[in-house]
Amino acid sequence: MKLTGAQALIKSLETQGVEVMFGLPGGAILPVYDPILDSSIRHVLVRHEQGAGHMAEGYAMVTGRAGVAMVTSGPGATNVVTPLSNAYMDSTPLVVITGQVATSAIGSDAFQECDITGVTMGITKHNWLVKRAEDIPRTVAAAFHVATTGRPGPVLVDLPKDVSNAEMDWYWPTSEADLDLPGYHPRTEGDPAAIAEAVELMLAAERPVLYVGGGVLKARAAGALLELAERTGFPVVTTLMARGAFPDSHPLCLGMPGMHGNYTAVTAMQRADLLVSLGARFDDRVTGRVSAFAPSAKVIHVDIDPAEIGKVRVPEVGIVGDCQRVVERLVAGLEAAGLAHDAAAVRTDTGAKARPGSRAADRPARDAWWAQLRAWQQEFPLHYEDGAGDTLKPQMVVEALRDLSSPDTVVVAGVGQHQMWASQYWRFEHPYTWVNSGGAGTMGFAVPAAIGAKVGRPEKTVWAIDGDGCFQMTAQELVTAAAERIPVKVAILNNAYLGMVRQWQEMFYAERYSEVYLSPDLPDYVKWAEAMGCVGFRADSPEEVGPAIEKANAIDDRPVVVDFRTDAFEKVFPMVPAGGSNDDIVVHPAQSPNRPAR
Amino acid sequence: MTSPGDGEARHHILSVLVENKAGVLARVAGLFSRRGFNIFSLAVAPTDDERFSRLTIVVDVESAPLEQIVQQLDKLVNVVSISQLAPEAAVERELVLATVEVDAAHRGEIIELIGVFRGEVVNVGPDRLTVMLADDPDTVDDFERLLGGYRIVELQRTGRVALPKLKYAD
Ligand SMILES: Cc1ncc(C[n+]2csc(CCOP(=O)(O)OP(=O)(O)O)c2C)c(N)n1
Ligand SMILES: [Mg+2]
Repeated sequence: MKLTGAQALIKSLETQGVEVMFGLPGGAILPVYDPILDSSIRHVLVRHEQGAGHMAEGYAMVTGRAGVAMVTSGPGATNVVTPLSNAYMDSTPLVVITGQVATSAIGSDAFQECDITGVTMGITKHNWLVKRAEDIPRTVAAAFHVATTGRPGPVLVDLPKDVSNAEMDWYWPTSEADLDLPGYHPRTEGDPAAIAEAVELMLAAERPVLYVGGGVLKARAAGALLELAERTGFPVVTTLMARGAFPDSHPLCLGMPGMHGNYTAVTAMQRADLLVSLGARFDDRVTGRVSAFAPSAKVIHVDIDPAEIGKVRVPEVGIVGDCQRVVERLVAGLEAAGLAHDAAAVRTDTGAKARPGSRAADRPARDAWWAQLRAWQQEFPLHYEDGAGDTLKPQMVVEALRDLSSPDTVVVAGVGQHQMWASQYWRFEHPYTWVNSGGAGTMGFAVPAAIGAKVGRPEKTVWAIDGDGCFQMTAQELVTAAAERIPVKVAILNNAYLGMVRQWQEMFYAERYSEVYLSPDLPDYVKWAEAMGCVGFRADSPEEVGPAIEKANAIDDRPVVVDFRTDAFEKVFPMVPAGGSNDDIVVHPAQSPNRPAR
Repeated sequence: MTSPGDGEARHHILSVLVENKAGVLARVAGLFSRRGFNIFSLAVAPTDDERFSRLTIVVDVESAPLEQIVQQLDKLVNVVSISQLAPEAAVERELVLATVEVDAAHRGEIIELIGVFRGEVVNVGPDRLTVMLADDPDTVDDFERLLGGYRIVELQRTGRVALPKLKYAD
């Protein structure tokens, strides 16, 4: 069958099982937009290509499938650079197709020419410039393979216009060998000897912590993790990228560690004698000053990316492999050592009872550790003070959203204070219900990512919890949402400031506020929402919060924007100052007098 | 002459088999620069299999742990395999070409020097010679130092290539 390169591209995407893509056409990609008219693939027309990239990310994060975005050459391609960088930092599988000028014009500074494979080399897992139409099916198949296997990540396929127009004989690669990837072999099975060593360390631990990162979600290992936690009775912390990988309501869950983590999660890691790191990467936002991080802990580090092991902290045991496989092997190892599955003991601090006489029966008691953890939880829960009079506290808005929405609601955040409050005060019960920009911290992520998430999970309620600053960066995608009937909900925690930066200026720059004030009324978010085809309303005081959320939850035929006027001066606590040791965690001022001397 | 020089322990040789495709060198160079790894020298050449090329990279292991450099390099999709060669476990060669100014009175002396090193005179002009030596890098260093006694007009080194030393069992 003869096809043009453009037809072959669309047919390749269809064969790959793509159901939706996000994009915006232009000169160099024009040939590919023609066969879209005849394709089964839904195309969502965005208003800015950055939106296409973030939508593809939101879609990928809730479905686990690669998100697809398509844009034209030059400025279209550079507009998608931020999402690529974001996806690279958060290991999100994306396939981005960019148009390119004709091969004969490459290198001539032709109209809308940009060396996008060069630009994105450092922020993609791999990229390809396709020079012959007959390479298209193989390249598309390879692109999806690379994006979704091993440590997932974004890839880019650059398609010159003459290649789209050229004819080729259709085929589809049938095996991995056809993909022409001689240097790509992700390792998924952990080394049995290392797994055995890890089991020994786990049996000997007195103050263990399971340090769970986003890799557990990527590996779809939440079930295996639950089993591991309940067998061992080890406490679990879930990083910003792993919220939802372990239920917040579970008695073993300590919540989020890191710069704005809760006191118990942060301090448990500091005092641990064993950290079992699963798909986490010892990010500086988690470790604080590395030299002072978890000083007495031995480390077991499980990651599918060999380069993560020892990159920041040299572990006692490093295991390269897929988190699901490795966690299952750890469970099997513990089982063999005498830690049987014990239905009665699950959800308790002790973990499973060991078979009498087995090696596991000799493991040290962890009662003192749990007593300490419970004491910290008692003394330093997350805390905020109710506002005086009508002042609306942002944390209260998040709590109300949480309490009035079903637990499988997908929550999407922007970047800033509101993101931290969303992560702290929401109660995550299910994997893939939290979508945020962790590694890159990309303001403007929430609105388009929420749209992508809703496209991926249309049956679920999707709430974006956004900042007023972030909202202004990508709000125009609500036009896309309204036009495409994608009913997302956006809660703006409108504090009239670039709040997170304001907080740093207050705490570390002697309250010298430089270029952080935005205004609560400019723009008028309600009118703006309405102009974009959404329903918009406002909540100024605590009494208005519940009714506003209920009204928003009742709307499901168009996007909704709620402008919550929140306290401009609220700060996120706890906080570990940047570059500081986690031991110097600053709790809410109201809790500080109780702080134990170390 | 072949004992390692002072800073030598900082250097480690990576023999990297890569796909022979456009842009691969840029990917490798880009990785080193964005991760802050230092390259001491780099040689690129085709292999007997036209699908692959071989990069011989001498890396500065004080800029980052060797293991980290290797693991990051290995993540490049176009990198097929990496062998690490500790200097003591490798045979290394490097080639130097140098043009030196030499009057008739000193010509005999320099040719003698080249003979001692088993180098070659590859080009002769009225008052210049172009000379060549291929040897292990330390010997090439010594040779370069001795040439420094004359006026060097131009000098070019290739960067080293290396293969593992054969064991008697091989
Ligand atoms: C694209 C981008 N530019 C700048 C920053 C730096 N930054 C981090 S948080 C923040 C403030 C965000 O303001 P807003 O969206 O109102 O959220 P708030 O902190 O007030 O909740 C800024 C400017 C960033 N993370 N991303
Ligand atoms: Mg704000």
